[in-house]
Amino acid sequence: MNKHEFSVIGQPLPKIDAWAKVTGETRYADDLVLPRMAHARLLRSPHAHARIAAIDTSRAAALPGVYAVITGADLPPVKFGILPVSQDEEALCREKVRMVGDAVAAVAALDEETAERACELVEVTYEPLPALMSIEESLAHPEVRIHEYGDGPNVHKSVALQFGDVEAAFAAADLVREDVFFYEGNTHLPLEQHAAVAHWGPDDKLTLWSSTQTPHYVHRLLAKILAVPAAHVRVIAAPVGGGFGGKLDPFAHEIAACQLSRLCGRPVKIALTREEVFYVHRGRHPVLMWLKTGFTRAGDITGSHLRTWLDGGAYGSYGVASTFYTGAINPVTYKMPVYKFEGARIFTNKPPCGPKRGHGTPQPRFALECQIDRAAEQLGLDPADLRRRIVAEPYTKTANHLTVTTIGLGECLDRVVEASGWREKWRGWNAPPRGRGPVRRGVGIACSSYMTGAGSAVYWNNMPHSGVVLRADRGGGVAILCGATDIGQGSDSILAYLPAEVLGIDPKDVRVHPADTDLTPVDLGSYSSRVTLMCGVAAIQAATRLREVLFQAVAAKLEVDPSRLVARDRKVGVPDDWDRALTFAQAVELGEAMHGVLAFAGSYAPPKRAGKYKGGGVGPSPCYSYSACVVELSVDEDTGMVELHDVWLAHDVGRALNPLLVEGQVEGSVYMGIGEALMEEQVFRKHVHKTPSMLEYKSPTTLETPAIHTILVETDDPEGPFGAKEAGQGPLLPVMPAIANAIYDAVGVRIDEVPITSEKVLRALDLKRQGKPARVGPEKLPLFTFKTPLVVESAFGQPADAITRRPFA
Amino acid sequence: MNRGPDEPMKARIELTVNGERREALVPVHKTLLEVLREDLDLTGTKHGCELGECGTCTVLVDGEPVLSCLALPAELEGREILTVEGLAQGGRLHPLQRAFAELGAAQCGYCTPGILLVARALLEATPVPTREQVRVALAGNICRCTGYTKILDAVELAALRMAGRTPVATAAAGSAR
Amino acid sequence: MMRLPPFLYVSPRTVAEAAKAVAEAGPGGMLVAGGTDLYPNMKRRQFEPTTLVGLAAVRELRGVRGSAREGVTLGATTILSAVATHPDLLRHYPALATAAGLVSSPQLRNMGTLGGNVCVDTRCNYYNQPYPWRKAVGFCMKKDGDICLVAPGSRRCWAVSSSDTAPVLWSLGARVRLVSASGERTIPIDALFRDDGIEYLAKRPDEILTEIVLPPAEGWASTYLKLRRRGSFDFPELGVAVALRLEDATVAQARIVLGAVASQPRPATKAARALVGQRLTPDVIAHVADLAAGPARPLDNTDFTHPYRKKMTRVFVARALGRLAGLERAGRDEEELA
Ligand SMILES: Cc1cc2nc3c(=O)[nH]c(=O)nc-3n(C[C@H](O)[C@H](O)[C@H](O)COP(=O)(O)OP(=O)(O)OC[C@H]3O[C@@H](n4cnc5c(N)ncnc54)[C@H](O)[C@@H]3O)c2cc1C
Ligand code: SF4
Ligand code: FES
Ligand code: FES
Repeated sequence: MNKHEFSVIGQPLPKIDAWAKVTGETRYADDLVLPRMAHARLLRSPHAHARIAAIDTSRAAALPGVYAVITGADLPPVKFGILPVSQDEEALCREKVRMVGDAVAAVAALDEETAERACELVEVTYEPLPALMSIEESLAHPEVRIHEYGDGPNVHKSVALQFGDVEAAFAAADLVREDVFFYEGNTHLPLEQHAAVAHWGPDDKLTLWSSTQTPHYVHRLLAKILAVPAAHVRVIAAPVGGGFGGKLDPFAHEIAACQLSRLCGRPVKIALTREEVFYVHRGRHPVLMWLKTGFTRAGDITGSHLRTWLDGGAYGSYGVASTFYTGAINPVTYKMPVYKFEGARIFTNKPPCGPKRGHGTPQPRFALECQIDRAAEQLGLDPADLRRRIVAEPYTKTANHLTVTTIGLGECLDRVVEASGWREKWRGWNAPPRGRGPVRRGVGIACSSYMTGAGSAVYWNNMPHSGVVLRADRGGGVAILCGATDIGQGSDSILAYLPAEVLGIDPKDVRVHPADTDLTPVDLGSYSSRVTLMCGVAAIQAATRLREVLFQAVAAKLEVDPSRLVARDRKVGVPDDWDRALTFAQAVELGEAMHGVLAFAGSYAPPKRAGKYKGGGVGPSPCYSYSACVVELSVDEDTGMVELHDVWLAHDVGRALNPLLVEGQVEGSVYMGIGEALMEEQVFRKHVHKTPSMLEYKSPTTLETPAIHTILVETDDPEGPFGAKEAGQGPLLPVMPAIANAIYDAVGVRIDEVPITSEKVLRALDLKRQGKPARVGPEKLPLFTFKTPLVVESAFGQPADAITRRPFA
Repeated sequence: MNRGPDEPMKARIELTVNGERREALVPVHKTLLEVLREDLDLTGTKHGCELGECGTCTVLVDGEPVLSCLALPAELEGREILTVEGLAQGGRLHPLQRAFAELGAAQCGYCTPGILLVARALLEATPVPTREQVRVALAGNICRCTGYTKILDAVELAALRMAGRTPVATAAAGSAR
Repeated sequence: MMRLPPFLYVSPRTVAEAAKAVAEAGPGGMLVAGGTDLYPNMKRRQFEPTTLVGLAAVRELRGVRGSAREGVTLGATTILSAVATHPDLLRHYPALATAAGLVSSPQLRNMGTLGGNVCVDTRCNYYNQPYPWRKAVGFCMKKDGDICLVAPGSRRCWAVSSSDTAPVLWSLGARVRLVSASGERTIPIDALFRDDGIEYLAKRPDEILTEIVLPPAEGWASTYLKLRRRGSFDFPELGVAVALRLEDATVAQARIVLGAVASQPRPATKAARALVGQRLTPDVIAHVADLAAGPARPLDNTDFTHPYRKKMTRVFVARALGRLAGLERAGRDEEELA
């Protein structure tokens, strides 16, 4: 199908939920009110690491207005975690707390103030343990154990993989660079603070409304944690007021609300404060990186060796996946024939890190793109040309056995180079400075790639990753039931557009019922950029099944062959006999008369392409998106302040199902990248988050956000719905290194860590003035021995396989 | 911690919200944000910090944007309060609301009510603002989703439509970029 | 949701009633104007007054009177956005309008008052934190504790004066009128402040700041520069207020006052003195900027590292003087928002 045949796809339509959002009608979790509802608060640990000697709740329980007080002792003694390999969390800690902010007790009361006052009356006796606040401290103190499990004392996970002979690759290179980088942790900062309402009914069944990105996983885990049959648990994801990966785990407040509701026989609402949202975290891992890459004189990469140390925080969360992801995606972008990766995630007594937009990949991306910039300088090459030359080959496998389909990166690069005026603005290495007074201008470039949905679920199974049930109504309306969660990215709208396209009706005729585990088939959740592709393909399948039945019925009525029929403009008929076409509603009636109730299912599971090695399950994806970014900025040499002027970002989205939505994802990603690059940081002092507030955790305002120029590149990927790939995360990735590279272009200093604050820029400029190496970045690496790598043949350049061979297709 | 008086002082307050007189008996220490959401059932007003640090809770008082999380209803008697629920008139959306929907300026939508109200105050004072003026006016509202781009676009589009400079019906979303 | 602790609320109509109400409320009483400083602090339990005396309904406290020739009087509860956009202030006291326009965000400037801005609580990032945070880290002497966390061993609190307008008003030679049930007095604004993070105001809690009186503006030029990470929301991490009277391009009188470097605005007296009798040449500016950076001794309890803030003092003073000299100004345009 080419673009012009579509009627819905490719149109800049409003999102279907836009009207409710602009009128204040959308009911987020904290907007829900049920009769007799109680309000809950959690008591959280003030210690970073301590044994719990005793908890006395009697004074709290005696406070008038208190309905129920619970501690860990009131919950079944099970530990849980989002990944089966890291079952290390407790909703309310029983024996020990591992971070400031760990929950130890919960209260339900007639209002929030009473609940909070009661929390303060809970007496907890702690025996403090040494707190380990950094990778170095955790490794230096094996005698202090944050958890008893893992790949060594305080080592949550250690991995080592080698694809081909890196040493030989370096020997064959003309230039080998070794660089060290640090990417500070940061957090999602969704505007909506997490909230949930639990109702344990008199029928002994539980309903939870929550601002969650993954109702399915919450459903499964609630059943386990509360020791109730999953069949009696219903989880409904309320519209989410921003997620970015921060609402992807089951949380203490959700579990506590359920248990409190069970005990006090009332619905219970709980809403976190901004401070608590910082403690709940699951955000970007701080990652220290060592990267060694060999280049030929022409700029080709001969091989690359990456080591990453992740500061994981106090719990596992998605951390094992995060660790693998720091190593998985770099080889997808450029031709990288040989690759070695070693990574370790270390426990510390800080809020757990997890998946934030780009999950585990922005950090190594920063390292690689900054290193390529330096290599280009040493080789005397234009950094845009160098990248253009080494773009990966479509329909091949990478060194680490990932199958890549379409690649629009070459076009992305050409388009950003063109749009930004790179050829005029980038005037060669060490060109004379541009700018006036102390203010210098510079441009920088970087590229990236990202997965469109993880190839495996977080728990091992053979079932679909996404499912849709579609029901056609006699009135001509279509209802879509799907477990996907709209976190603002527009998944509900996609679920309306695609069936509307297939059935020739208006998206307005489609009503989407999302994210209710009682009603909707499972969708794994809004993470890893999987939703559009996976629920999209499932929705197309369901709609196609309906269309076949309608065509049969209409064909019988019109006495034509079904293959001659088309569905468009709310009609079904033969194109050259359109006068006799039936309305869609009539078609549904005929179909229902012929076949009975018209309800169809669609399912999606990604192609089975996991590399045949341990760890090969992290990284495969049906297809990968690509981005190229140019940043123009200026740096004030007296203050070190960076001002962004323009960001050009070209993104290979496969196909823009709705260009407005894709642009919105690109713009939002660029924004978040700017924050990470220049100011956002989740840092700690005296064992506590230094500044858990919207004021002091700096998030860019309109005044720091430059003009963002989005360019969409379409490659029509065979894996995606109508050719679409992801757009929600990939475009964030090149922003940070493009900024770092532009700063170098402007003032000749290398800042090898984010955030690139004005202090760091000024420090580097001072070093430069003193004639020292003009670099600010990490100087030391942790003392840590990685295990012997698992050695696997490089699959680089092998032809792709299993294209569009999906289960359930 | 000193907890203040045992029985919180309550007051009967009378507010004009979205053109309607509303009465409530509330503790005096409840902020306008809490009273709107919890006593007057107007949950369209959102909150992201309750400390004046994000702009999410913005409402208009006598046409000027203020932070409802830091306002006491007791001080607002006799003044006109406008929340997002009052933007549409007689079932017709305000041009800003339409432009926000059409251009995808609301992603998760959580910042949207506050931003719409600031934008409305801006357009009352400056009917056709420059992009820089819009940017400056919205500097007190954090949005984590959109990168502000489509928000600025939407305010500009609504302004042009209200000034009669763009045919209302045909301003396709795409053409505004 | 962060909520206010309970209190009794009194809403007087006149200054006299207000003065009486605070006096009656005793030690648990506090004044509140816009509430943009006090309410967040109360939500974090940094203050727990039992009675609040609101000034919002006191009409006589609002508004701007006078002229540049005879001096301007500003009512204490004039909101910051009114100060920022007042045509006379913009023309004759541009530093004040600029500073008011750089406070926090547009919404907050529609609520926050000039008097509240002058009296704004000192700040410290060990102190402006929610109650559970302070409990986890340990309380400090400014509230609920007895030590200083940023300067352990210190017997005083080093919380930072973070008002944008206070250094400007000081540099302009403003006077403030204080009214209480027992009388009234008008004092130079520099006598209103004390170099102590806790007792940062040299006024009794029952004294109401009613007016800020600016001297005639004739012959004076003024400017204000603010250092912060973002162009909105953020408190000053350094404020530089400069007021000069030039006679034939030679400086006849000069005041340089730094904000956010100590528990009160800090005058750079030596630097200002060195300006007198000089023309504003680049060399003079550089020399004066070096002198001004002297008294700035920021501690590590705000955003930005303290060595950086100290370095910026030099740069910002030089830029402020450069701007008044009409030299081509360079650097970020942050201060040009107002
Ligand atoms: C997110 C955020 C950002 C901010 N950013 C800035 C900033 O950039 N720059 C800045 O300067 N401030 C900033 N502030 C602080 C504050 O909002 C402003 O200083 C504002 O001007 C305070 O005025 P107000 O009327 O709201 O004060 P209130 O909160 O009403 O009062 C502040 C203090 O002054 C006392 N007080 C008020 N009026 C009088 C009076 N007439 N007589 C005697 N005592 C009085 C009160 O008792 C209280 O102790 C910020 C606040 C927030 C929440
Ligand atoms: S300077 Fe010291 S005493 Fe003062 S608020 Fe900060 S930590 Fe507390
Ligand atoms: S909720 Fe009021 S400013 Fe954030
Ligand atoms: S649309 Fe989500 S915060 Fe603005």
